[in-house]
Amino acid sequence: MWTFFHKLASPPHFYDLAAKFIPWLASAGVLLCAWGVYAGLFLAPPDYQQGDAFRIIYVHVPAAYLSLMAYSIMAVAAGIGLIWRMKLAHAVAAGAAPLGAWFTFLALATGSIWGRPMWGTWWEWGDPRLTSELILLFLYLGYMALRAAIDDGAKADRASAVLALVGAVNVPIIHFSVEWWSSLHQGPTLIREGGPAIEANMLYPLLAMIFGFTFLFGALLLMRVRTEVLFRERRAKWVQRLAAEATGTA
Amino acid sequence: MEMLAMGKYGGYVWSSFALALIVLVACVVQARRRHRAVIREIAKRSKLMESVE
Repeated sequence: MWTFFHKLASPPHFYDLAAKFIPWLASAGVLLCAWGVYAGLFLAPPDYQQGDAFRIIYVHVPAAYLSLMAYSIMAVAAGIGLIWRMKLAHAVAAGAAPLGAWFTFLALATGSIWGRPMWGTWWEWGDPRLTSELILLFLYLGYMALRAAIDDGAKADRASAVLALVGAVNVPIIHFSVEWWSSLHQGPTLIREGGPAIEANMLYPLLAMIFGFTFLFGALLLMRVRTEVLFRERRAKWVQRLAAEATGTA
Repeated sequence: MEMLAMGKYGGYVWSSFALALIVLVACVVQARRRHRAVIREIAKRSKLMESVE
């Protein structure tokens, strides 16, 4: 068991193994999303209250879910990197940040587009769900800015990890904001007492989109972490050889 | 055609889905670009090192 983990954490081994997973994750993600988009737009019936505007959930919910999932991965990886001084964990945290920022932006933007016809406003300052999700975007951007500002790689890892861990308090706040405070945002649809409050023909496309986005996120995260690993190991023989071969300067 | 109109919400629905596609494609392009840039940088530096030696 431990030898397996040690081998996995060895940079060249991780680099090759991750490359094998990326095409499978990406294909599964594209297929699920293709079906999810088709079914969400054309097979699912319009909502009895929201009409066709409800179809925005098929991109909004997966994006919002991954904005939180990416932060959780980032914070846990940063914590592991701090405690056990594991370089690969820091690489995972650093790779998750830009993706998390993009998915948070997508969640905010699609939420805003939904809010316009449903609530009559693009944005509501002071709304707990909207504000806490916006803070999440700033946490990602702050994390990336902090990393970029520190030249020493090991120091950047440690400082940004502390920021990621402190900011993690925002994750449950976002999740429970619609229950703790009154918000324009509707309550939970899927994970709630009494099971999902949604019809099967609306639910299956949503599940396909959530899993599809997750697979795509997985592929993107592996791509990002591979780049991080290369940069961190830039003085190692295997990376030098790989770079020379890739650029044709060998 | 009526299907594509999405009631009176066509603009909102289609722009949301288009934005999602743009963001996903941007993520892929950005990740690939960064990967290639890092490889180029490493190759350039190791060449410099060789010429110093």
